Amino acid sequence: MADVMTKKHTHEPAITIAKRDDLVWWKAWLIRLAAILIGFLLMGFVSMMLTKVSLGEVFSMMIRGAFGRLFEGGKATMLWKFLQETAILLCLTLAVTPAFKMKFWNCGAEGQALMGGLGAMICMLELDGVTPWLHTVLAVVLGIVFGAVWGLIPALFKAWYGTNETLFTLMMNYVATQLVAYYVLIASKGLTVIRPVETGALPVLGNQKFLLNILVVAVTMVVLYFYLKYSKQGYEIAVVGESQNTARYIGINVKKVIIRTMVISGAIAGLAGVLLVAGTDHSINTHTVGGLGFTAIMVSWLGLFNPYIMAAMSALVVFLNIGAAKVADTFFLNSSYADIVAGVVILFVVGCEFFIRYSVKFRHTKKEARS
Amino acid sequence: MITAFIQSSIPLGVPLLFGSVGEIVTEKSGHLNLGIPGIMYAGGIGGVIGAFLYEQACGNQLANMNPFLAVIIPLLVSILFSVLMGLLYSFLTVTLRANQNVTGLAITTFGIGLGNFFGGSLVKLTNSELPSVILTKTSGFFRASLPFADDLGWFGRIFLSHDFLTYVSIVIAIVVSLILNRTRIGLNLRSVGESPATADAAGINVTRYKYTATCLGSAIAGLGGLQYVMAYANGVWSNDAFGDRGWMAIALVIFAIWKPLLAIAGSFLFGALCNINNYLPGLGIETKELFKMLPYIVTVVVLIITSMRKKREYQPPQSLGLAYFREER
Repeated sequence: MADVMTKKHTHEPAITIAKRDDLVWWKAWLIRLAAILIGFLLMGFVSMMLTKVSLGEVFSMMIRGAFGRLFEGGKATMLWKFLQETAILLCLTLAVTPAFKMKFWNCGAEGQALMGGLGAMICMLELDGVTPWLHTVLAVVLGIVFGAVWGLIPALFKAWYGTNETLFTLMMNYVATQLVAYYVLIASKGLTVIRPVETGALPVLGNQKFLLNILVVAVTMVVLYFYLKYSKQGYEIAVVGESQNTARYIGINVKKVIIRTMVISGAIAGLAGVLLVAGTDHSINTHTVGGLGFTAIMVSWLGLFNPYIMAAMSALVVFLNIGAAKVADTFFLNSSYADIVAGVVILFVVGCEFFIRYSVKFRHTKKEARS
Repeated sequence: MITAFIQSSIPLGVPLLFGSVGEIVTEKSGHLNLGIPGIMYAGGIGGVIGAFLYEQACGNQLANMNPFLAVIIPLLVSILFSVLMGLLYSFLTVTLRANQNVTGLAITTFGIGLGNFFGGSLVKLTNSELPSVILTKTSGFFRASLPFADDLGWFGRIFLSHDFLTYVSIVIAIVVSLILNRTRIGLNLRSVGESPATADAAGINVTRYKYTATCLGSAIAGLGGLQYVMAYANGVWSNDAFGDRGWMAIALVIFAIWKPLLAIAGSFLFGALCNINNYLPGLGIETKELFKMLPYIVTVVVLIITSMRKKREYQPPQSLGLAYFREER
């Protein structure tokens, strides 16, 4: 491409870019699918070179890593774990989505989820002499409130003074991390690990530890879909996101919408934290959320503001993570290989949006030579 | 005590200074590069790979290592890694006009993964006999400081006892400040960041400026990772040890209101804030965790104050975060 560009031409550039009108939906999806496929193949080849096994072997290893022995009649524990991780990532993705639709870059889902977990943990540990069901309810409520407050703080300053929310929410992540580190040391009396507690934990459905988490996230997904698409508040979010001036002109209270949406955003992230702490781990540490809050930002954007697509994208990212980790594990490579694989595939999908929004035309050099 | 505190705080501030000056250069072209944390990891691991290969090449004769090569090879590999990351970012955001926040975060995921992956697998991939990546010898060259520094009392220890990259970081900040404010290139770059359409109409090659600024900024930021692993961490790479310094560097850009000279003061102040929990007497381990919040809280307070005082000099470049497409109105 580079040599074509540097050639002398007097009339028009070798490559012209023009904005497309809306592309037919299936063509757009074909492009996205192709991007994912190319990303997969590229990483497959890299894995091949690193591990010196065939491409097919790499992919079958990834599939086995993610879904386990499901296809061989096993107990499907790996599948449950896959679904659980997808659900948590989806929950965080859902959390940041209303904010993104409003063009509020909430990069703080990590911290909001940690605070949610912390709220639940405090309730589980410190509360005494309450009936078990009430204890659980209080843990859930406190967790969600903690998450919501963590989302509310940057929103207030954004609404009042226009404070940059990307950096504000990022910083709040680390404040939350340190708060959790502080609480862990206090609650464990200096042992650095909180022993799992059962009081106030979420109930286990049908002997499946992860089932309740998955159901809760599924319900959240459907509710959020209708909230964003069909409710008045969802419409207000979309208008504020498109143009604050328009929103003001048609009488929407922009400040109120920003604050309300971020409380919702933080509350859903808090819910993810509650599911992790009260539902799965029954304990907390600074790595409980493990960076999923950042991954969620990318997944939300890849999901085109549609919760169902986000579910598919979450599954894809979790599959990449677990699968690549399995490949790395088998060959004694560092588990961060998973981050590289996920990063590359996401970069491909991010890049391919260009070909959906713009059309690229190459100049036919022979014809031009005459004119 | 105070001398020791200041002396040990300065190396902590250096990666932040590299990172924030790199990010300032990038942001002046209108690109909010959230990939800086990942790029700093890539720069760090680039240095580690360069040093590792050179030490391997020297084999048993580590004593015969050429000090010049031992420094220049990691330095060049580090810059190569971070520039490649910068190129990737600018290709996606400038040419393909992808969303800058998402691209940046993906670059960060990718870069941190790259760093940890090579840090953890380098030994395995090169079939070497060493148990882990420990580059004490190379680190020794990076840590070399003026021999008479300690003889000059507190002045020597505070100002003269550091590794050469510390002084490089300050020089770079000053040079960048001069270029931005005193040269035509700087003026053009700032105009690209403020209003690319205007710059384009004035005949400035917007794409070239954006690419150059982003790659240059990445190279500067990557040096921060190099300084951390080679000088501060004694040449020992441990995964995730670099931590969230990259994010702090991005926050520092706002703290410094896009001025490299203020970034110098800000970086060392942040270094001190990160360090203060080790020097305040009578802190329990729990309270120390609370004190580690300080740099973040200070950043938030600065963010709020700068947004409350809406002076024009305090504002980010106007087209920050927006893609530029010539035919768009």
